[in-house]
Amino acid sequence: MIGLGLLKAMRVTLRNALKTPFTIQYPDRKVGISGAAKNEGKSPVGLIATQPVTAAKAAMSMYSVPVNIPQNRRFRGNEFTWYEDRCTGCASCAKYCPLGIIEIVTSPGGFDVQEGESYAIDVFDIDIGRCMFCGLCVEACPYDALHMGSQFERSKYERDALVIPVDELRQALRQPSSWFRPQFEERDYDPFRDGANDEHHSVGRHEKPDQETLDKRWVEER
Amino acid sequence: MTTQVRTEPITVNLGPQHPSTHGVFRMRVTFDGEEIIDVEPIFGYLHRGSEKLAEERTYVQVVTLTDRMDYVGSMLNNQAYMLAVEKLAGVEPAPRGVWLRMIASELQRIASHLVAVGFLIQDLGAWGTPLIYTMREREKILDLFEMLCGARITNSYLRPGGVFMDAPEEFWPAMNELLDELPPRIDDLDDLLTDNDIIFSRTKGVSILTPEQMIDASITGPMLRAAGVDWDLRHRDPYDYYDQVSFDRPLHTAGDNFARYWVRVQEMRESIKIIRQCEKLIEPGPVRPEHDDVPWLLRPPIGDAYAAIEHSKGELGFYLVSDGSISPYRCHVRAPSLINLTLLRDMLVGELLADMFVSFGSVDINMGEVDR
Repeated sequence: MIGLGLLKAMRVTLRNALKTPFTIQYPDRKVGISGAAKNEGKSPVGLIATQPVTAAKAAMSMYSVPVNIPQNRRFRGNEFTWYEDRCTGCASCAKYCPLGIIEIVTSPGGFDVQEGESYAIDVFDIDIGRCMFCGLCVEACPYDALHMGSQFERSKYERDALVIPVDELRQALRQPSSWFRPQFEERDYDPFRDGANDEHHSVGRHEKPDQETLDKRWVEER
Repeated sequence: MTTQVRTEPITVNLGPQHPSTHGVFRMRVTFDGEEIIDVEPIFGYLHRGSEKLAEERTYVQVVTLTDRMDYVGSMLNNQAYMLAVEKLAGVEPAPRGVWLRMIASELQRIASHLVAVGFLIQDLGAWGTPLIYTMREREKILDLFEMLCGARITNSYLRPGGVFMDAPEEFWPAMNELLDELPPRIDDLDDLLTDNDIIFSRTKGVSILTPEQMIDASITGPMLRAAGVDWDLRHRDPYDYYDQVSFDRPLHTAGDNFARYWVRVQEMRESIKIIRQCEKLIEPGPVRPEHDDVPWLLRPPIGDAYAAIEHSKGELGFYLVSDGSISPYRCHVRAPSLINLTLLRDMLVGELLADMFVSFGSVDINMGEVDR
C-alpha cells in the first residue's frame, strides 16, 4: 500500500531524531558556562564573578575541554612498553615480527641471575612508522619484557621521528596493555584506570624463583 | 508528428578514485542517453601481493595479511585461513577456541552486512542518515572486538587451533547487552527500508540475475541466495561446530537488488540466533592447543589443503601448499568479492545511470579482497 511504508519509515526517523547524538567530539568538545565552571572547579556564579573573560568565552561557545576516551585494556597502542631488567636480548621479538622492523644489537657481558644469562642491549629500535600493531612480538617474548603500550596519540612531522630509540623506550611512560598478558587481567590491572606500572618484577607470567632454586640452578649446576 | 532524436553513445570513465566505488575501482562505461550499453571493469589498483608475501612469512605471521584482505570481515578471513592451516598441519583445535571464533565470526558477519546495507542505501541517494544508523551498531560490534583482541579492524585474533587468548570477563555481559539491543535495531531497519515504497521503486526489478547465470559464474553468498538457491556452506559443508547449531537460511526468489538487500538483513537475525546458541554450548577449557602440539614455527607435512567458509560475501577459500618448511610454498585465496564481480557487465547493461552504483554496491564487494 502506497504511503503506509513511508509513514513507518518516518516514525523511525522521528524517533532517532529526538535521541541524543551517539557521536563523540574528539579531541575536545565545546561546553557552555556550566561545563566551563565544572572544569575550572567553580560554581557558574563564581566563574562569572572571578573569571569574566572565561565565562564570556564559554557563553560564546569558545571554551573547550579535552575528551579522553578510555580504550579497552587489551588495546594495542603504539607506545611499546619495555622492561630492560627483564630483557635478555634474545631477539625473539625481532625474529617474529612479520615486517622485520625491530632492530636489536647486543654485546656480551651482561649477567642477570634471576632470568639467566643476558646480554647488554645497545640498540633496541622499533620503527613504528612501519609497524602494524599485530602484537606478535609481544606474544613471542619469552620473558614478558616487551608489552604493547596503551597510548595512540603519537603523530610526528617526519617519518624518521617515528622510530622509537632505546633511550626513549627506557624513559617511556610504562602503561602496558594486557594484550597476551593474562597476568594483568588476573590482577585486574587496567592501564587506563591504574596508570603507569614501573615495577618490573610484577609484570611477568612467571613467579620469581626463590633463592634456593636460583642457587641450585645457577651455582651448583655450573 | 513525431521527431526522431538521434543519440550518440558516450564513454565515461568512472574512478578509480570515485567515492561510490567502495574502494579504488575503475569502470569504463558507455552510455546511450541514460542507459548503459557497455561496461568494462578495470581493477588491480589495490594490489598488495598478499599471496606472494605469504610465501615468505611463517604460518602464524600470515594471519596479519589475511586481516587486510577483506577489511570489513577480518575475523572471517582469519577463520578461513586457520581452517586451512589446521587441515594442512593436522591440528586438533581446542573446543573453547572454536566456539569463541564462531562467536567472533558471526559478530563480524553482522558488522559486514550492516556495512553492506548502509552503503547500499547511501548509493540510493539517502546520504548519511541510514548509513549512520547501521554504523552505530557496527561500532558496538567493533568495540566488542577491541575487548577481545585489542583491535577493531585488523584483529589477528585467531591462531592455529583456536584463539590467542580467552575472552575477558567483561566481554560476555557486553555481548549480551548488544544481542538484546540488536533485534529492535534490525526491526528499525526493516521499518525504515524494507517496507519503504521509495526503496521498492528504486531496487525491485533492477539488475536481475538468474540462478543459472550465477551458478555458471560460480557466484556464492547472499547474491546466490537472493535468487532462491539454497547454498550456504555452514549448512552444506559444516566447518567448525556449525553442525551443532541450528539456523534458517533466508531465501528470496527475485534475484534483484532488493532481494540481495533483504537476504542480508534476514541473515543478521540468524547470526544473532547462532551466537546465542554458541554462548549456551561454550564450556570452560583451553582456548588453544599446547605449545608442544602446535609450535610457533609450525612445520606442516608436505602436501596441500583447501578450506572454505561461508564469508559474509560468499565462499572464501584458502589453498595452501606446504613444502615442509616454516612458510607456505603457495597460498591462494578464492576471494568471493572478485568472483562475484564476474557478472557485473550482465547486471549493468540495460540499466540506468542512477542504478549503476546501487547494483554495484549490492554485490557487496571489498576492493581489498578483489585485488589482494
